Amino acid sequence: MQRYIIIRGFHAIITLFAISLLIFALTRASGDPASVLLPEEATMEDYERLQAYWGLDKPLHVQYAVYVGNIMTGNLGESIKWPGRSAGELILQRLPATAKLTLVAFTVSVMLALPLGILSAVKKDSIWDAGGKAFALLGQAVPNFWLAIMMIWVLAVDWNLFPTSGSGEGFVDGIHHLILPAIALGAFGLAAGMRLSRSAMLDVLDSEYVKLARIKGISENKIIWKHCLRNAALVPITYFGLQFAGLITGSVITETVFAYPGVGLLAIEAIRSRDYQVVQSVVVVFAFIYVFVSLLVDILYAYLDPRIRLT
Amino acid sequence: MALNGFIAQSTPTIINGRFARAWGTARRYPLVPLAILIFVLAIPGILATQITDAWLQDPLEGRLTERLTPPVWQEGGSWDHPLGTDKVGYDVASRIIHGARVSLIVAGLSILSGGLVGTALGLAAGYFGGWWDHIIMRLVDIKLSIQSVLLALVLVSVMGPGFHTVIIVIALVLWVRYARLVRGETLALKNQDFVAKAKVAGASNFRIISRHLFPNVVNTIIVLATLEVGQVILLEAGLSFLGVGIPRPTPAWGLMVADGRNLIAAGNGWWISLFPGLAILLTVLSMNLLGDWLRDRLDPKLRNV
Repeated sequence: MQRYIIIRGFHAIITLFAISLLIFALTRASGDPASVLLPEEATMEDYERLQAYWGLDKPLHVQYAVYVGNIMTGNLGESIKWPGRSAGELILQRLPATAKLTLVAFTVSVMLALPLGILSAVKKDSIWDAGGKAFALLGQAVPNFWLAIMMIWVLAVDWNLFPTSGSGEGFVDGIHHLILPAIALGAFGLAAGMRLSRSAMLDVLDSEYVKLARIKGISENKIIWKHCLRNAALVPITYFGLQFAGLITGSVITETVFAYPGVGLLAIEAIRSRDYQVVQSVVVVFAFIYVFVSLLVDILYAYLDPRIRLT
Repeated sequence: MALNGFIAQSTPTIINGRFARAWGTARRYPLVPLAILIFVLAIPGILATQITDAWLQDPLEGRLTERLTPPVWQEGGSWDHPLGTDKVGYDVASRIIHGARVSLIVAGLSILSGGLVGTALGLAAGYFGGWWDHIIMRLVDIKLSIQSVLLALVLVSVMGPGFHTVIIVIALVLWVRYARLVRGETLALKNQDFVAKAKVAGASNFRIISRHLFPNVVNTIIVLATLEVGQVILLEAGLSFLGVGIPRPTPAWGLMVADGRNLIAAGNGWWISLFPGLAILLTVLSMNLLGDWLRDRLDPKLRNV
């Protein structure tokens, strides 16, 4: 187990380096980064300051070292749209809101996807199953930004049940503001997770050891809860790990629709005002979070499935 | 297992009478999704200009005097604008029809380029192994840790927004899956006898890959490409919605949904967002169903992809 964790950690570090190199290369390949990063109305003084800041007068490998050094020390550069504030500070300020939104959407979609998928599998070909399948198909085809706008139209504007945008103040108001964005963000993961847990559960129900358990006369309830659940849960768990990546993408879109003040909205605001420094910092931060989370998922998976540890 | 589903599906149903036979055919082939795709995507995509020239306003013509006309069945609607107009007087129906063409072109080009690159890399990684494999698989890992929207943000900040940026972004998202799948298949194939015999007969690496390995993975590629069309359309619409996809005023479905957002929050103009979103939903849904069907037919082992 320890060896596995070390190897996976090593891979994660290589990936992180490669990502930083990639983003570095992309910004440098596009010509003079100082002129790309600066808005049209920037002065010569801004230009020179940025050149000195990134060490653009030095050779490329030194520039890269400076870049990595800056990232490591949490120094992500200065924002242009919000003068005097660093990109890191802006992201940190917005991160709790995004974390709250993604965690709520993620938890709710997992909590619903597993039982609904399993229900669908256990009651195969019943009306529950048909409904579950229809929901899964629709959920995977509906564009989440459109779903969000339709919810704003019907639930927020017409019926006046929820606010149309913002994050609210205080605990209760905050939750009130969180419901629609969380539904919009969680829908796809819920649908895909349902489909996956259904097929995983069907596989397990069809396996030899379940047949043996049935022959031995063990009650169906006990078979489902004790014999099937643990094995069927493995596939969806890896999937939900990957799903986290989808949530990052989705959070950018959802936050934009609901004007929810998270990191995703920050990125979009930044790109609209050509504040590329902030945009690229958001990408770096999200990529780091993703690598970290997928490392955690792999470790969790190895813990749950001993076969992985041994290889 | 996947096999069970496959066998269950191909079990012949007892057929008696003409109606039952027709019903059996309808169930075996995805006729409804196919019909939807033909009417929502194919015909509008190919004949967009002809259709709108004959019946509708040009998609890029804004008539300010007729702005915010509701759909025809609503009070104040007219047959000039069957699905209404938006806040600058663009005809919604006409733009949805032209939007189908945009979606078709983006999906076609990005799947083609991503598929080509991914297949080539997957074949190389699987066949040559060693360093090739290491480097290509590491590239896959790196790509997976940068999400599509974020990739789009970086590329837009480097290259500027536009058609080519969208296609490059989506191709960069797509190649990974081809590379992984094709690599896996190649690994399984290359140890089989026919490859060894081709080698003994003096075939070059290029010949083995192109004449012996590629034909064996082509089914997988076709199925994957079909399964991806829906996702590509969703992704393109999402990027356009965010303003990092197709630039205005090109009629793209995602952009049209975005145009209605503020009006809807103000309690007006629901049709501007509703109809293009329905077009996306129907297309993606049918494409997914068609892809599932094709997968069960050609390559049932892809079930968990």
